[in-house]
Amino acid sequence: MTGTTDEAMESVESFVARAAAWLPEHLAPADPTRFENGFGSDDEELVAVARMRATQRTIFDGGFAGICFPKEYGGLGLTPAHQKAFDEVCAPYEMPTLINVPTFVPCGAVLLEFGTEEQKRTHLPAMLKGEELWMQFLSEPSGGSDVAGALTTAVRDGDEWVLNGSKVWTTGAWWSDYGLCLVRTNWEVAKHRGLSVFIIKIRQPDIEVQRIEMINGSREFCQEFMTDLRISDRERVGDVDDGWTVGRRWMFHERSAMGGGSPYTSGKPPSHGAGVGGRDHLLELARDTGQLDDPVALDLVGEARTLRRAAVELSARVGEGIATGAMPDTAAAVARLMSGVVNERIRTIGLDLAGSSAVAWGEEDPAAHFGTEFLMRQSGSIAGGNLEMARNNISERVLGMPRERTLDKDVPFREVPKGPPASGGTTR
Amino acid sequence: MELTLDDDQEFFRDTTLRFLSTECPIARVRELATSDDGFDPAYWRQGGALGWTSLLVPEALGGGSVSGAGVVDLTIVADAFGRHVAPGPLGPTNVVAAAIARAGGQAHRGLLDELVAGETIATWCGAEHALGPGTVAAVRTTDGFVLSGHSTPVEAAAQSSSLLVTARAGDDLVQCIVPADSEGITITPLAGLDVVRRFARVDFTDAVVPADAVLASEHPAADDVGQQLLHALVMQSAVLVGAAERVFDFTVEWAFDRYSFGRPLASYQELKHRFADMKLWLEASHALASALAREVQADAQGVGETASITKAYLGTYLVELMQDCVQMHGGIGLTTDHDLHLYLRRAVTERSTFATPAEHCRRVAVLAAAEAAA
Repeated sequence: MTGTTDEAMESVESFVARAAAWLPEHLAPADPTRFENGFGSDDEELVAVARMRATQRTIFDGGFAGICFPKEYGGLGLTPAHQKAFDEVCAPYEMPTLINVPTFVPCGAVLLEFGTEEQKRTHLPAMLKGEELWMQFLSEPSGGSDVAGALTTAVRDGDEWVLNGSKVWTTGAWWSDYGLCLVRTNWEVAKHRGLSVFIIKIRQPDIEVQRIEMINGSREFCQEFMTDLRISDRERVGDVDDGWTVGRRWMFHERSAMGGGSPYTSGKPPSHGAGVGGRDHLLELARDTGQLDDPVALDLVGEARTLRRAAVELSARVGEGIATGAMPDTAAAVARLMSGVVNERIRTIGLDLAGSSAVAWGEEDPAAHFGTEFLMRQSGSIAGGNLEMARNNISERVLGMPRERTLDKDVPFREVPKGPPASGGTTR
Repeated sequence: MELTLDDDQEFFRDTTLRFLSTECPIARVRELATSDDGFDPAYWRQGGALGWTSLLVPEALGGGSVSGAGVVDLTIVADAFGRHVAPGPLGPTNVVAAAIARAGGQAHRGLLDELVAGETIATWCGAEHALGPGTVAAVRTTDGFVLSGHSTPVEAAAQSSSLLVTARAGDDLVQCIVPADSEGITITPLAGLDVVRRFARVDFTDAVVPADAVLASEHPAADDVGQQLLHALVMQSAVLVGAAERVFDFTVEWAFDRYSFGRPLASYQELKHRFADMKLWLEASHALASALAREVQADAQGVGETASITKAYLGTYLVELMQDCVQMHGGIGLTTDHDLHLYLRRAVTERSTFATPAEHCRRVAVLAAAEAAA
């Protein structure tokens, strides 16, 4: 499948040369404006998802999918260096990057570490073929950062479990196939000792999927309500009540992907000129609005380019540091923090460069989207572990400073103080 | 600093750090603060023997690197200089040695040998021309040039035997090497922030430069000048990172040891979060400084923008880091008793020479806009 019959691993150079020859024949050129402002209508979104699955299948059939996944589970069994080189060479082509997170990382990565042989053989090749899209059933309405405080509960019934509760912030659950779900299986022990992880098939009668509208009009996020959902014990990932062992690695993989340091993602998303040599939307805005001879605008463009490049180089350094053991795994939080603070500043710069066109715009106005981008500015500082948690993690787990005091240790989870159930948010 | 060094580089780093610890501890730096030159010539010769001034010079010309990547090797020395706020004209001598190696003819070989051996000092005047219109003019004569104008601040000018001068001659740049005591050259020492690095203003009043003093480069002079700027910025970046990391490390230690209201500072979430931000700035700076050294070594396309990005980021965030470390220390951080000010002085000196972060930030956009228009 890899095009070589040798036992020895194919060299990075040879692999990249084959990829460079294959890509232009099989993938469409990248369109950096694709999905820039969401998918559009639901129908367009479903078409885009179908196309993503098909493209992933093409890549799988071409022998370039799952570069760092083991061969026995449909991958290529190659190294992060192969993946990194492939990321460079595939950049001009339409890669199905939306499948990277959360399907490959963290879901695929977690299955690889903790899944049963049956689970790995069933699901990993299907992910790599684009047949299974996965979601994280992790956050709950009762709390986002404190994921181990899950209230969704599974009660054992013979070889099955009966699950009740709600998960939220699942992107695109309405068109996805499976969820990796963290639930409470024991309320009588301390918070972290009563969790378990299950694989859930999303589209079935006992799960109701509702969509959430965000301030930029996006309806990608969903909330799921599980009512007496029955799951076979064979769908359990990791030991009963030992879900936090799985959960910690799950969080690690998520942080790695957020910081751009995971070897299990393939291709880089068409973000706002985040990469070296990528498109610089702010420079283009300044040019298209005739501001390139305005020193104030130049300063803003220069600052944005500086910050973006710093984030790119930092991400590479943290990736290398973790891969070589020069940095602890927890250093992923440094890259995560950087992506958040840089994103915040860049969206503010975008708002400034756009001027009043950011708030009232005509057709074809190059500044049209920058106001809405600004309204959504904090999304990059909340989703995937907020920046305050990243700062806690850096100070406590990288610098070794004392942990914050908590009231949920060493008491049965049932006795941990909890707030009232979350309401919709309409102010009174 | 690169995350992984090869064995030879590790050895070189250990040797340099050990030498600075024993020969020039902070107490010695404080002593040198009141000296005229800020460093001891014997110390500088020892540095020459350790390789501090040979790394950008090819072996054929009497130099030699540690790893084959001399620019990266030089960041090891510069990083150590930052950690120890070490004295000595590391930047000026290396910039001039590299310039002679790249563009100098036989006439300048003797000076190059002495620079590499640490026996003499030379510095670069007219670096303003690398970043803007410049302030030194050269008028062609039948036998060379006549220089007029000034350059300031020039590091180690009063300690130098020779000056590498960049000047504008009509629409072109010209570079020459002249004795520092030439007629028509006035060197006026300046007061400055750094306790051991000396700066001066250099004035040219119809200073006559013979033809054989001109660097007979194969490259356009503007490219040579650009290369000199890159070398200066690579060293500045490494000094900034080394100094900031040292300050960060002893401030983290302080946060564990200092108690208020019965708790160590390191237990307050507000302070922990600021340390997290400092760690972020530090690691991002390491990453940029390493990327810059690699790009200068490889003569990569776009290296000019990388250099300005690096200077803009490090000059802003590492100096901010140090001021935050002053804040963490409280009043003692503002005293001369504490060592912190020595590092802050060094960092601010790097920040504000060879253009400020704001000027480099502007340059990033100007370079990008020019590329986008091309």
